[in-house]
Amino acid sequence: MKRPETPIYPCEKQIAVNVNGDEAIAYAVKQSYVDVIAAYPITPQTIIVEKLSELVADGEMHSEFIAAESEHSAMSAIVGAAAVGARAFTATSSQGLALMIEILYIASGLRLPVVLAVVNRALSAPINIHNDHSDAYLMRDSGFVMLFVESVQEAYDTTIQAFKIAEHPEVQLPVSIHMDGFFLSHTMERINVLPDQMVLEFLGGPRKPVKVRVDYYGEEVDYKLDPARPLSIGNLALYDYYFEIKMSQIIAMRRSERVIRDVNEEWHRLTGRRYGNGLVEPYRVEDSDIVIVSMGSSTGTIRSVVKRYRERGLRVGVLRVRSYRPFPERDIADLLRNAQLVAVMDKAIGPGSYGALYQDVATALYHSKNRPILVNYIYGLGGRDLSPGMVSSMIEELQGDLKRGYVEEDVRLRFLGVRG
Amino acid sequence: MGGVRIQPRTSARGSEQPYRVLVFEPGERKELPLEFNLRKLASERGSALLPGHRMCAGCAAPLVVKLASLAFRGPTIVVTATGCLEVSTTIYPYTSWAVPWIHNAFENAAATAGGIEAAIKALRKTGRMPYEHVDVVVFAGDGGTYDIGLQALSGMAERGHDVLYILYDNEAYMNTGIQRSGGTPKYAWTTTSPVGSVLLGKMEHKKPIAEIMVAHRIPYVATATPAHWADLMRKVRKGLEVNGPAFIHALSSCNRGWRHEEDLSIEVMRRAVDTCYFPLWEWTPGTGYLLTDRSLAIARNPKLKKPIESFLELQGRFRHLLKPENRELLKQLQEYVDTAWEDLLRRASNAPK
Repeated sequence: MKRPETPIYPCEKQIAVNVNGDEAIAYAVKQSYVDVIAAYPITPQTIIVEKLSELVADGEMHSEFIAAESEHSAMSAIVGAAAVGARAFTATSSQGLALMIEILYIASGLRLPVVLAVVNRALSAPINIHNDHSDAYLMRDSGFVMLFVESVQEAYDTTIQAFKIAEHPEVQLPVSIHMDGFFLSHTMERINVLPDQMVLEFLGGPRKPVKVRVDYYGEEVDYKLDPARPLSIGNLALYDYYFEIKMSQIIAMRRSERVIRDVNEEWHRLTGRRYGNGLVEPYRVEDSDIVIVSMGSSTGTIRSVVKRYRERGLRVGVLRVRSYRPFPERDIADLLRNAQLVAVMDKAIGPGSYGALYQDVATALYHSKNRPILVNYIYGLGGRDLSPGMVSSMIEELQGDLKRGYVEEDVRLRFLGVRG
Repeated sequence: MGGVRIQPRTSARGSEQPYRVLVFEPGERKELPLEFNLRKLASERGSALLPGHRMCAGCAAPLVVKLASLAFRGPTIVVTATGCLEVSTTIYPYTSWAVPWIHNAFENAAATAGGIEAAIKALRKTGRMPYEHVDVVVFAGDGGTYDIGLQALSGMAERGHDVLYILYDNEAYMNTGIQRSGGTPKYAWTTTSPVGSVLLGKMEHKKPIAEIMVAHRIPYVATATPAHWADLMRKVRKGLEVNGPAFIHALSSCNRGWRHEEDLSIEVMRRAVDTCYFPLWEWTPGTGYLLTDRSLAIARNPKLKKPIESFLELQGRFRHLLKPENRELLKQLQEYVDTAWEDLLRRASNAPK
C-alpha cells in the first residue's frame, strides 16, 4: 500500500476543542457560511439550536435565525430560503422529524440542497427521549442523502461535508446527518477543528445556485427565485412529466455515491481524516467468516468487542454503513463476498417485518455468488444500552450458528437485550 | 431540474406582444408608481399573472392576483399555498407567473415566505442581493389560511417577517370540490355541510380571520374585494410599504362553489360589501380600524346598507335560506351581520358617531 501523503492541514495544526455532538454540529454550521437557520427545539437536538442562537446573537455568524413555531415550518422556511439561493440548515429529532416529513419530500423533489441534522431519537409512543433509529427510518424514502456518524469528530466533519455533497452540481439534493441522541449529542469528545477560512475554502465559498436551461430565456439561468430571471418553482406536474422529474432525482441520488466518496477523499487530503470510502467503513471484513453490519455510535462498542475476539483468533469483522441513502449496494456485496454469516444490527423495526438495514443488506446480497447466512438483531430501542457483554453473547450465538451451518427461519429475527 | 420551464408564447394574432415576464436587472432601482389610470396600467404595467392559466371563467382569484400585482412596487417574489390558484396556473411545463414564484405545500406558505424574507436579508447583508428591496407576497386560499395554515401564519406574524400575506377567501375548499372551511359562512351549502332535513348547511359562523390578525398587532391588516379595485390596490401598496407583516383578507367569489352565474362575480362581491356582510376596512396599530371605500360611504349614509337577502339571492349555496319556512334563519343571519357591523362602527375611528 502507498504511504498516505501528509495532509494539507494535519491534525497537530488543527484546533482541539472539547465539545459534545450537538456543539460540534453547531460549530460546523457556524463555519459553513450558512445564510438561514430555521429550527425548533426538541431533545436531544436542542443544544444545536441554542448554540446557533448564541452565535447569531453574538454576531459571530451573518446568518438569519428563524425560531420557527414548529419543525414543519422550520423545514418549510429553509426550503424557501434555499429557493432564493441561500445556504440553509435545520436540525431536529424524533417527533420533530415526523412533523416535518411532508416537507422533506418537497425539499428533495424541488432539488434544494438544504442540510438537516437529525439527532436520532425514538418515536412515540411511549414517549421517550433516548436514541434509536426509528426516526431516521421514517425518512428513508424522502430523497435525502442520509449519512450516519459514529463519533463527535465525524459529526463535525460530516456536517461540513454535507453542504459540499448537497450543493455538488451533479447532486443538488438535501443531505441529512444522523447522530445518535445522547450517546453522541450529549457526550463530550476532544475533536480537531479547522480554521473558519479553511472550511469556507473547502466549500468553495458561499452557496452558488446551479444553472438550468430555460427555453423562454434562451440561456442558462440560476435555479433560484430571482427578479432578474423569474422562474416558477414547485409547479404541478402530472402523469405527463412527474415520472421524468422523479427520474432525474433518482439518477442524482445514484450519482451522489461518487460525490460522497470524492468529498471523503478531499477531506482526507485536507485534514488527514476519512471514514472508510465515505459510504462504508469496514473493519477486518475481507477475511472474516462472521461480519456484523451496523450504523451509528454502537459500531464503536461492537468493534472493540470484535477486536478481542480477533485476538483470540476468531474470524469476525464489522462493516459500518455510513451512507444509508444512497445505499452502497455494490460495496456491501463486494465486502461481504467471503463472509459465511452476516448479522445486521437494526436500532428500529418495521413491526411485522425486519429492520430496514437488514432488508437493504439482504437485497445487496441476493445476487451474490456466495450468499451468506443472514440474521437480523434488533437492539437498543428507546435508548437501551448495547453493552460489550451483549455484543459478546451475540458473537457466541453467531459462532454456534456458523458451526451448525444454518439458521432456522423462526430465529432469523432476534431481539437483543429485551426482557421476557 | 425539477419544476421549471417557461415556454415563450405569442398570441394567435401575430401582431400582439408575446407574453412577457417581469424582469428587474440586477442593480435596477426603479420604484414603480401606484397608478390608477386604467389606460396607463394596461399599457405600461405588466401583471404578475399572464394569460393562459386555467382558472375557471368567473373566478375572482385571478382578479385579486392581477390587481394586487399592479400595485407591486418593484422586484417581488410570490409564494402560493396549494390550492386552485396554484394548480391552475403552473401546470408543468407551463407557468402563468411573470414573477419569481414558488409553491411549497398547503399549510406552509407563510413559513416559506418567512424563509425567503430571511434569505433576502442574509444575502443583502453579505452583498449578494443586488436590489434595494425585494418584496415577498403570499397568495393563499381560505383553507390554507383559516385552517391548515393558521399556525404558520401566526408564527410568521409573531416573528415579524416583512411579508404581505393576501388571503383570497372563496369561503370553502374549492380546489377539492366545495367542502366547508373555517371561512365558510353559517348556513352555506357545501358538499361537507349539505342542506339536509336536519342540518341546513354549515352550522357555524365564519372565523373572524382578519381580526385574529389584528390581534397579532402586526403593522397592517385590511379587507378588500376585487370589485373595489382601487381600494384593493391601495391596500396592497400599503401592505408592501409597512416594515413587517401585513395581511389582506380579500373576498374572492367562486361561481362554481357559490352557485352563481359566472358573469355575476363582481356583482356578488359588491353586494357582500353593500349588505355589510363583508365590510371594507384597514387597521394599523396607530390608527385602529378605519372604514374604507363603500363601507365608509355606508357608515356616513346608512340608507345605502342593503338587506342580507341582496347578497344571498344571487347564490345557490344559500337558496334554502330564502324559503318561507326558513325565514327565522334568515332573520338570525341578518341580526348577526347587523351586530358585527354595529360593533365595527363603534371601533372605526372614521365612522360618524
